[in-house]
Amino acid sequence: MSVLVNKDSKVVVQGFTGSEGTFHAAQMIEYGTNVVGGVTPGKGGQTHLDRPVFNTVKEAVEQASANVSLIFVPPAFAADAIMEAADAGIGVIVCITEGIPTKDMVTVKEYLKGKSSRLVGPNCPGVITPGEAKVGIMPGFIHQKGKIGIVSRSGTLTYEAVDQLTKIGLGQTTALGIGGDPIIGTTTKDAIELFMDDPETEGIVMIGEIGGNMEADAAYWIKEHGTKPVVSFIAGATAPPGRTMGHAGAIIGGKADTAEAKKAILKECGVHVVDSPADIGKKMAEVLK
Amino acid sequence: MNLHEYQGKSILQGYGVSVPFGLVAASPDKAVEAAKEIQKKTGSDKWAVKAQIHAGGRGKGGGVKIAKSLDEVRQYADEIIGMMLVTPQTKKEGKLVRKVLVEQNIYYPGPEDVEEYYMSILLNRDKGQNMVMYSPRGGMNIEQVAEETPNEIFYELIHPHIGLTGFQARRIAFNLGLSGTAFKEMVKFVGALYKAYVGSDSSLFEINPVIKAADGRIYAADAKVAIDNNALYRHKDIHAMRDLHEEDPQEVEASRFDLNFVKLDGNVGCMVNGAGLAMATMDMIKMSGGEPANFLDVGGTADAKRVEEAFRIILKDPNVKAILVNIFGGIVRCDRVAQGIVDAYNNIGGIDVPIIVRLQGTNAEEGKELIDKSGLKVHSAIMLAEAASLVNEVLA
Repeated sequence: MSVLVNKDSKVVVQGFTGSEGTFHAAQMIEYGTNVVGGVTPGKGGQTHLDRPVFNTVKEAVEQASANVSLIFVPPAFAADAIMEAADAGIGVIVCITEGIPTKDMVTVKEYLKGKSSRLVGPNCPGVITPGEAKVGIMPGFIHQKGKIGIVSRSGTLTYEAVDQLTKIGLGQTTALGIGGDPIIGTTTKDAIELFMDDPETEGIVMIGEIGGNMEADAAYWIKEHGTKPVVSFIAGATAPPGRTMGHAGAIIGGKADTAEAKKAILKECGVHVVDSPADIGKKMAEVLK
Repeated sequence: MNLHEYQGKSILQGYGVSVPFGLVAASPDKAVEAAKEIQKKTGSDKWAVKAQIHAGGRGKGGGVKIAKSLDEVRQYADEIIGMMLVTPQTKKEGKLVRKVLVEQNIYYPGPEDVEEYYMSILLNRDKGQNMVMYSPRGGMNIEQVAEETPNEIFYELIHPHIGLTGFQARRIAFNLGLSGTAFKEMVKFVGALYKAYVGSDSSLFEINPVIKAADGRIYAADAKVAIDNNALYRHKDIHAMRDLHEEDPQEVEASRFDLNFVKLDGNVGCMVNGAGLAMATMDMIKMSGGEPANFLDVGGTADAKRVEEAFRIILKDPNVKAILVNIFGGIVRCDRVAQGIVDAYNNIGGIDVPIIVRLQGTNAEEGKELIDKSGLKVHSAIMLAEAASLVNEVLA
């Protein structure tokens, strides 16, 4: 078991023939992901990386049974790509694209209401279930099949946690990068619920950062419904208020946005909070004993 | 991207939001000319003279004055232009004022009392929708109002496809206690304000205060406008309003090399790939007894050129006593990054602050070996905890 993606996932890559799409699709195929084709409007009928290219996502669903989509489309067109995937009935849509205007994501959020598609991202590294499917841009080799679920708003910081869990021998069920933008599809709480429901996941690492209420929302849910230990690191204790720290969503607007405020809520809700990012793996091993 | 008040107001005006008539001036002479022009257009015989910098609380630092004569306009403009204006939102040394906005007086006499309200439009992240936030308590810090009288702050969530509806606009006007002309004016005002927000791809509008003048007219007396950086590509006219004087020169230079850099006040510089890891690295510096001197995300391609530029920018800060490089190599190989660091180090020459390089991920061992063998005075580490204790050591 795992969450969102596994060996049965049939992945279609939107923005397949572009340089990023090509590079990462090749890496995914090498990892063993079942990439069934790609979409580049106007290039339908061609073959790329030995896979068919379609004009629309709908064709990829009809002709190649795609059920997961990975988006590398440039920011100006990415919102449209997400809506196209949802319209085609794709179950899990993973959007890597960084820099989508917030106004476009407000529209996407509304469009997705009432649809069965789940969006992951945008501005995220993607989702990986080690040994089964890599749907994203993360380095596959640092992962190891195991028993910890990871949810994170950041890319390289996720790799850091993955690496620590691999080295300590715990491994991962699924690592889920949800993205650093102000508006994202799958939230921290959504991911926590998925991992709590996954029988193979024995512990959860929750990596958050300054800005927004997502970690607090997840913590309150954990307090009520949690059945597994959650270890958390919140980045940005030293970030100044009012400045965007790389991720568009990482900005301290008010008191509830600070790392300190979030950590306090997490601790109150029974989450194991570490102050140093170097202690994530160690802490998980400790609480699982 | 933040705008000056006068720039924000020009956008507002373009969408039919009523703002006081005003003109920008960069010298006392021009300020007096502007005041005469304003008098001709509006009949106003008093003028607001307002410092244009990217910081709130300008009035508290003496950056906003009401002039009762043309002589006073000249006097105030002379005082304000060129001053280092200190407000609660600037650094200790303040910010150099280069321009003033001269405006008609909107506190003119009339049948009704003049009132001040608060109004902002911003994203509600939890709902994924924009909202109008407003309060009858204008002219104050809204966080203070939220603490003292939270029941006096109101919200209207706006449906993205439908926009601000008529009944929502009326509810806002009712909640602000308006009637008659002012009521109608406010309904128009809010509608236009929302159109301006959406049309300009803004991430924040804060109008504090909104003024109800004595004749029932509504004005945006101030305008704090921030634009979504990701949407600037479709607003060339707004992008052109960027004022580099208002930004930190190190940050401006970094942005030229696509480095995501934020200047801070500490003593340990850092260079990291990825925003989350960069923040985490800053936190770790603090736990190791230092203070971060910057946030710097070199992005996914940490090649020699970018590493070199990043070093140069960090080294411009005389407070920097050590530099921590933290790269998690995924797609980017650590041995390449290591070579980049060695090249950059040699190209710059004469670096006398200790550098700690932590490389992890793809080819991390090869990267460490390359650095260890280079003969440079660079400490290398693989585990994050090791890097932290090295920071602690070099600061001791």
